Amino acid sequence: MKSLSGIPARLLLRKGPKGAEVYLAVAGAVLLATVIALTFLAPYIAPYNPIIEVAPALQPPSSQYPMGTDHLGRDVYSRVLYGAIVALEVSAISVLLSSTLGTVLGLFSGYSGGKMDRVFSMVMDSIYAFPGLILAIAIAAMMGPGLVNMSIAIAVVYIPTYFRMIRGQVLQTREQLYVEAARALGAKNSTILFRYIFANIIPSLVVVLSLNVADAILTEAGLSYLGLGIPPPTPDWGFDLSKGKSYLPGGYWWMITFPGIMILIVVLGFSLLGEGLNEILSPRLRER
Amino acid sequence: MSSLVEVNGLTKYFPVQKSSLEAVLSRKREFVRAVDAISFAIERGGIFGLVGESGSGKTTTGRLLLRLIEPTSGEIRFHGDNIGEFSPQSLRQFRRRAQMIFQDPTAALSPRMRIGPAIKHGLDIHQVGSDPERKKETLRMFERVGLSPAEAFYDKYPHQLSGGQRQRVVIGRAMILEPEFVVADEPVAMVDVSIRAQILDLMLSLKKELGLTYAFITHDLATANYFCDRIAIMYLGKIVEVGPREDVFKSPRHPYTVALMSSIPVPDPKHKLQRLIPRGEIPSPINPPSGCRFHPRCLHAQAVCSQREPQLEEDALGHQVACFFPRV
Amino acid sequence: MPPLLSVQELVVQYSTLRGEVKAVNDVSFSLETAATLGLVGESACGKSTLGFSILRIVPPPGRILGGKIELQGVDLINLPLEEMRRIRGSQVSMIFQDPMTSLNPLLRIRDHFIELFQTHEPSIKKEEAVARTVRLFDALGIAEDRIGDYPHQFSGGMRQRVMIGLALALEPRLVIADEPTTSLDVIVEAQVLELLKLLREKRRLTLILITHNIGIVAEMTDLVAVMYAGQIVEIGPTGDIFEDPLHPYTKGLLESAPNVLHPEQSMRPIPGIPPDLASPPTGCKFHPRCPRAFKPCPLREPTPMAQGRRLVACHLYD
Repeated sequence: MKSLSGIPARLLLRKGPKGAEVYLAVAGAVLLATVIALTFLAPYIAPYNPIIEVAPALQPPSSQYPMGTDHLGRDVYSRVLYGAIVALEVSAISVLLSSTLGTVLGLFSGYSGGKMDRVFSMVMDSIYAFPGLILAIAIAAMMGPGLVNMSIAIAVVYIPTYFRMIRGQVLQTREQLYVEAARALGAKNSTILFRYIFANIIPSLVVVLSLNVADAILTEAGLSYLGLGIPPPTPDWGFDLSKGKSYLPGGYWWMITFPGIMILIVVLGFSLLGEGLNEILSPRLRER
Repeated sequence: MSSLVEVNGLTKYFPVQKSSLEAVLSRKREFVRAVDAISFAIERGGIFGLVGESGSGKTTTGRLLLRLIEPTSGEIRFHGDNIGEFSPQSLRQFRRRAQMIFQDPTAALSPRMRIGPAIKHGLDIHQVGSDPERKKETLRMFERVGLSPAEAFYDKYPHQLSGGQRQRVVIGRAMILEPEFVVADEPVAMVDVSIRAQILDLMLSLKKELGLTYAFITHDLATANYFCDRIAIMYLGKIVEVGPREDVFKSPRHPYTVALMSSIPVPDPKHKLQRLIPRGEIPSPINPPSGCRFHPRCLHAQAVCSQREPQLEEDALGHQVACFFPRV
Repeated sequence: MPPLLSVQELVVQYSTLRGEVKAVNDVSFSLETAATLGLVGESACGKSTLGFSILRIVPPPGRILGGKIELQGVDLINLPLEEMRRIRGSQVSMIFQDPMTSLNPLLRIRDHFIELFQTHEPSIKKEEAVARTVRLFDALGIAEDRIGDYPHQFSGGMRQRVMIGLALALEPRLVIADEPTTSLDVIVEAQVLELLKLLREKRRLTLILITHNIGIVAEMTDLVAVMYAGQIVEIGPTGDIFEDPLHPYTKGLLESAPNVLHPEQSMRPIPGIPPDLASPPTGCKFHPRCPRAFKPCPLREPTPMAQGRRLVACHLYD
């Protein structure tokens, strides 16, 4: 692509300081790496068992209990550490489910066109029209509590997101000259779909994945907050938030604050990573 | 002598996309008559130029020749076989023998595919030889198209190359299958002027080596004059003149061809251009003029020109014109 | 009489991912009133950037680093932005390459002109602006009843004529045409070139024609500057340069051009590829591709030397 000046666009910097987007992505990645490390290390570094009473209830943060204790005398710090496990498990499963289904459907629907495409698009648009959390609540309520059910409920909400994005990209990429060139070589449809179309869509997919995880964590917290998630006493940020809320007016601020901060950090981490990746990959996407 | 490629009555109409409101209000379906009942033949070993401006149908014809799009009617014969009747297997075999070089080398290469695998891909698709043999052949092709040293280029991405180099990759990709027939769609239009000659020379040397036949699509008459041995001039979906290159250039007979020849800038300041510019502009291919499609713009048009369509008629030297009053 | 335009030691730089690139690298030339200068070269030679610099519309991350651009003695580079805006369109104007994207699809054609008139002459009445537009359309060869159409209703050729009209509406002294016919069909190109010639004569325009098409240069220009890698390698009267090109690149460029009258003499390649401006060759930037390169070429950059009525930057003529 030639810019006005005749200097190839790939050489021109986008606006903004050099490499700012890399800092974004790195910052996000660092945050996430920390959280993921915590998830794996939780059983080893959590000072106390998170589901049993270890101290008097409602103690403020101290050197022994850095984040205080909750209404049942459990160490909030240990609960927060273990809570990461649930948050990441649920969002990972749901994102994996929705991305796989949504992508596969989007690829085939976009490439084939015709009736199948129209039907799928209508279905996906209908699901997409529902406000996400409400839909998740409805499905979770129907399916009952539990880790797997919650993951499925959240997954369903996000399938249309992937479907629409992938399908849109397929429609666009399908018209590219290199796809026609592949056909001229004699390539089969499946080859074209995967080696040419999908290969060029992957960068966009990666971006949506990271932003999606951030969203899924929030949705999971929301479901747990409403009591539709993992049954107690399993440590869960959303659930702890909900319980902490009732104790806030009494001045017991630490039960709601620390889980809240954790949610914030993880969501921020994924968002930064996603935005950073988007910036890094965009110029190369655009240079086509 | 039977020709390598024979085209008879080839027609391609594209339905016009209308908004739903328009579609409801006007019942009539409209078509872009991109190619309208054209016939020509390409001899083995020839370089056949399809020359025209935008809307002439030359690009569509190129794609029809390789069955990348389906014709509305008419037939294309390759070695005497009707390519429209090919089974999927025959079609795949046809693809090995008939290849395309594209206009925009940047758009014709997948940005996510390294150029080594891109050139090798044709061999993979048709499962020619073993994988190590294919890699060896690919490296040889790199050298052949001037991307040397081959190992250094093999793993590069398209965006790491210059425009001319990318076009060499496109050529290499097509030639590695050792086709018989290559359709080149404006292969040098997007390449720098000083590099154009390099690319065309490469195409000529490959022709000699592989015994190729070319269909060369272009709007650039001067390049066609340099490269082709037989030229067909297209206007609004029709062939208005066909003949040996020298004849068509030295003595153009269709008024449109005459206008084209007189319009091209010549790189010689001493040459005085006597332009014969036709009136008006190219009409829409949705509603082409009646009779001879060029008649509204033609300085020599008479009554019959709007009433009947002139057919291609040949003179003694294989030079054909579709005009009731061709120039002499 | 002093020249209308005088460019001295102009340097324009772009910040790229791979370092600083001098798109225009120490360019000097002058242009007399009513002359037509052809700026010819291949992609990334700097000709378009040079054109944009005169109007100070070089897109970021490019910027003018140094040198002078004088329009009848007035230094354009250091002019306050407000005054530069006044000059754009009215004293110096530009015809852009791609009429498709240079016109506002939401504005009727006549509104493009009315807006132009009203910007530079705020007191003008609408009827007056419309009347002037109609007169312009007449000169451009566009039917008056098309004045209310939208750009998408115009063909490519007509849009380019509109661009020419917009460039000439305020009767500028200098017009810069950046590849005005590159995106047009052969016959439409011919029509536009004939129109340019006609208007140029009627209005005594001074024209800078930026193109890579040697044929257009031969037909339309009095003076030609050949650019390579951001520098002018040869500049002089068109006739002289075509008759006897001195710089090896000029010679190569002329020989590579397609010639419909003499095909066997045309389309000779220049070996190699255009230089990477982020890490250009040492000494003379053309030396890796030059058939006549010799000892000093990779070592020192040649300075422009007078040869008859021309300037050539080549060690062969030192």
